[in-house]
Amino acid sequence: MKNDIDSEAYLRMLKIRGFEQAVSKLITEGEVAGAAHSSIGQEAAIVGACMALNLDDYISGTHRSHGHPIGKGAALNALMAEILGKATGICKGRGGSMHLTDTSVGSIGESAIVGGGIPIATGAALSAQVRGTKQVALSFFGDGASNEGVFHESLNMAAIWNLPVIFFCENNGYAAVTPARQTHGQPDIAKRAAGYGMPGVIVDGQDFDAVYNATVEAVGRARRGDGPTLIEAKTYRFDEHCVGLFINGNYRPAAEIEHYKTERDPVTLFRAALRGRGFAEGALQEIERHANALVEDAIAFAKASPYPDPEEAFDLIYAEPATIRR
Amino acid sequence: MNTTNTKRMTYLDALGLAQREELERDPTTIMIGEDITLYAAGGAYGNIDPKRIRSTPISECGFAGMAVGAAMTGLRPIVDLTIANFIYLAADPIINQAARVRYMTGGQFKVPVTFRASMWHSQSNAAQHSDRPYPMFMNVPGLKIVVPATPTDAKGLLKAAIRDDNPVLVFEDNDLWGMKEDVTLDTDFVLPIGKADIKRAGSDVTIISVAGCLRHCLKAAEALAKEGISAEVVDLRTLLPLDNEAILTSLAKSGRIVIADYAHRTCGAAAEIAAIVAEDGFDLLKKPVKRVVTPDVPIPFSPGMEAPLYPGTVSIAAAVRQLM
Repeated sequence: MKNDIDSEAYLRMLKIRGFEQAVSKLITEGEVAGAAHSSIGQEAAIVGACMALNLDDYISGTHRSHGHPIGKGAALNALMAEILGKATGICKGRGGSMHLTDTSVGSIGESAIVGGGIPIATGAALSAQVRGTKQVALSFFGDGASNEGVFHESLNMAAIWNLPVIFFCENNGYAAVTPARQTHGQPDIAKRAAGYGMPGVIVDGQDFDAVYNATVEAVGRARRGDGPTLIEAKTYRFDEHCVGLFINGNYRPAAEIEHYKTERDPVTLFRAALRGRGFAEGALQEIERHANALVEDAIAFAKASPYPDPEEAFDLIYAEPATIRR
Repeated sequence: MNTTNTKRMTYLDALGLAQREELERDPTTIMIGEDITLYAAGGAYGNIDPKRIRSTPISECGFAGMAVGAAMTGLRPIVDLTIANFIYLAADPIINQAARVRYMTGGQFKVPVTFRASMWHSQSNAAQHSDRPYPMFMNVPGLKIVVPATPTDAKGLLKAAIRDDNPVLVFEDNDLWGMKEDVTLDTDFVLPIGKADIKRAGSDVTIISVAGCLRHCLKAAEALAKEGISAEVVDLRTLLPLDNEAILTSLAKSGRIVIADYAHRTCGAAAEIAAIVAEDGFDLLKKPVKRVVTPDVPIPFSPGMEAPLYPGTVSIAAAVRQLM
């Protein structure tokens, strides 16, 4: 059981890593329109949280949207096709890189309004409570979004109503190019939980096991009807805010980036942990081959897929067919 | 209408009845908003599970966003934003989420959420409580907007909004809350969203009424009839999508059009209606389009300053006379 979770977790982390590397390459090849935000460096935080959830539990997220549905178990083909703006994309070419959403795995939307997904997940938790299901909702958001008013409003209402929701902050230290130390009254976002009467937990976001264990506890609490938890995973983004973004100025030290890439890479750390608890080298290589094959398939699928008919821009605005004037 | 199946009630009671009927009909319907404890257990809707009536903190952006998330995951929330000016605090989840989540996800969601907003104009509430903000939301694809002007329409359109699988904004003129008429008790009485209603037939001039302007339009038509002018009053009832056909059909008959709208002049609902007439009905016009609207000034507090700013019976009738 524990082995199964570990193998699946490693596969999902590799899927995110491989997917993001492929997207970066496609950007340099000119295949991707618009901005793409990479989750490389944050895989343990994402997958550690998602592995604690059931398939029908909900997640919401942000513009850094690729990792979340993959972490929740989404197939890669339709996600990659969406990033290339293809008709076979998970959002039929209407969402793009910042909005990968796959309801088949409980992913209910990634919002480019950074705090926007927080009340959405809280509302999904309200929905589960009213409908009497045992589902929980988990909201991924960044250190930047924790300064939006809706963060505070949502935490407060979740606490009042004991909603089955986990507020999961991926604190990667920077909101675009602004360091969190310049924007937060004190450095630990988890401490804000006390203001709303809920537990606040800080975990090492580069350590899969730490994230997973903390989230399992929070999910158990939510499912029991004991209410929300705020988890802050201290993590790090290896790429720039946007892949390929030109940053004129040193907003983070080169040595810091280097330290995380060489000493604190969540995939490398998890691989070593798995070796330490008895996973054979061959077994890990098999998972790595599998992940690579899935990414290669997704690239081929996305490239071979057609673009949407421009006329389709007029569909799916309302739940029923509507006449939209040209 | 069969009087045994009607009850004389106010516009506010009709809204309350619509909510209660829909809460009783569909267990996924919930209410969320400030100061709604009066509906909860022991209150007006005492038989409804209190879990389904959420009286909130003063957190419009948060609870509007939660309602959208709940609508995306199987509930049918009715959000009471109380005073329409507060809709600005909830504008982000309404515009950036509710209106476009279905589209942005390639149709993975329906978003059946209703937002009620009451416009407290004409009652000395000054500029932060008196707005008529519907035109701003007419510029948001993915929303529907209804503006009922009678108790019966309030019941039928609110029920339609709640049953609709899209986000619907319901703008109520607060000074209509006390208006009384016989309202059907039929629990399946629902009015179609997107259809205007001819409240008075006529042939010489078309008066297009937006929201609470209706009562003034009808009084103006009555006064004009005594002068031998036959005015047709078209109550739009829905602003998004607009019933262009109803506007142009009436104009084809009369050749003259006056639009009465409580919103400010620039980019108000009347401006869009005038544009439709200019594009599609220019050849039908015997005279230029006339707008009777609120000028582009913030609403002042003092009653003597406020009242003359809005469309009224006198200004609507005067506009018609200028076209004859």
